[in-house]
Amino acid sequence: MKPAKFEYVAPTTVDAAVEALRAANGEGKVLAGGQSLMPLLNFRMTRPAVLVDLNGIKELSFIELRGDHVAIGALTRHREIEQSRLIASKLPVMAAAMRHVAHLAIRNRGTIGGSLSHSDPAAELPMLSLFYGAKLSVQGPSGRRTIAAEDFFVDALTNCLEPEDIVVEIEFPILQHDGWAFEEVARRFGDFALASIAVSLRRAASTVEDARVAVMGVADTPLRLKEVEDQLRGIAIDDQMPDRFSELVLSCVSANGDLHASAEYRQHLLGQLAKRSMQTALAAKGW
Amino acid sequence: MSTTVSVTVNGTKYDLSDVEPRLLLSDFLRDMLGLTGTHVGCEHGVCGACTVLVNGDSVRSCLMLAVQAKGAEITTVEGLGTPEQLNVLQAQFREHHGLQCGFCTPGMLMTGEDLLRKYPLATDDEIREGLSGNLCRCTGYQNIVAAIRAAAALRAEGTS
Repeated sequence: MKPAKFEYVAPTTVDAAVEALRAANGEGKVLAGGQSLMPLLNFRMTRPAVLVDLNGIKELSFIELRGDHVAIGALTRHREIEQSRLIASKLPVMAAAMRHVAHLAIRNRGTIGGSLSHSDPAAELPMLSLFYGAKLSVQGPSGRRTIAAEDFFVDALTNCLEPEDIVVEIEFPILQHDGWAFEEVARRFGDFALASIAVSLRRAASTVEDARVAVMGVADTPLRLKEVEDQLRGIAIDDQMPDRFSELVLSCVSANGDLHASAEYRQHLLGQLAKRSMQTALAAKGW
Repeated sequence: MSTTVSVTVNGTKYDLSDVEPRLLLSDFLRDMLGLTGTHVGCEHGVCGACTVLVNGDSVRSCLMLAVQAKGAEITTVEGLGTPEQLNVLQAQFREHHGLQCGFCTPGMLMTGEDLLRKYPLATDDEIREGLSGNLCRCTGYQNIVAAIRAAAALRAEGTS
């Protein structure tokens, strides 16, 4: 239950961090908040030769408005996002989700870049990056490049980062919507989700003009449900909408089961959460 | 390879050389500084027993390396009160019988301190949500919730 030996490097610039990873020749690992990596090190499930600690790179910690986007530095802690007024006003679904991200002591250390790089299929920030259609800025030995969130997640705990890549910042487009909800059920509050859904809508007269829907906990990666979004666009809003939305979501998802919950249970949960989320979204102020 | 770590723990400055990079903060506190009030339970961030404050924020000391604490101000359970003069939260744990075996208690106290500072804790639901990352196998949590509820009420009255 103690990490195996490693060489510890604490660079103060992204360039130096990428260089340290390159020099480690595939045997390096990036340490951000450590809330997923440290357990893996303690169990010796991973044994990197070199640990590159990003915590000294101050330029990676920020939340800023850039026109119609909000940019978040990779080393920004969950707790800073939870508290941010900018996030609360511009990315309200993210703000609502943050209290579900683990526990306070984890949120005090854990980072958005770390969560995305770890790519847990039942973690909130990977799901939200898909939901918002975020773009990840990644730096490797050949410079910086941008990866769309929808291209980033490959499988459970697997993404398209190369061993020498570091996520530098993430840009979230601001949705011009006026009703939204985030719902999640976990066995213990703050644990990884058994099922979760995020929904956001813009209404014109009594129809849906635009919609955004993402789910997690039911597949090997979080999922954005574009099919559901397409079917919602233009439909008339009435009392049956929460039930119809629930059916629509379930018709597009076939939940996976594991030791935490069966496929049937997760599917059932998702249907209930979909219904509840639509009720909340339709009840939102601004209609 | 080892390195020097300078930290302030409960107001006392320590300069320790020969700290291996892989040494966890929890083991540093217990084995190098002799501060065994910080308990080690699961060592993978699930049980919360090893929670301490680093620069005022609660963290799992088993999920942080000692070398990452360079220059930090750390508070452990030893820094809260003394047996003669318990701090407000400790006194409420005693008053409400918020502990039995005591293994989880240092983590519960340090988590409680951070929760009291950062959240209104106006309802039991909010207190339970805040404590969801700390496991207790004895109390059934009822009395821990009661102790934190009482401490929150005292804070609201401005006496804490």
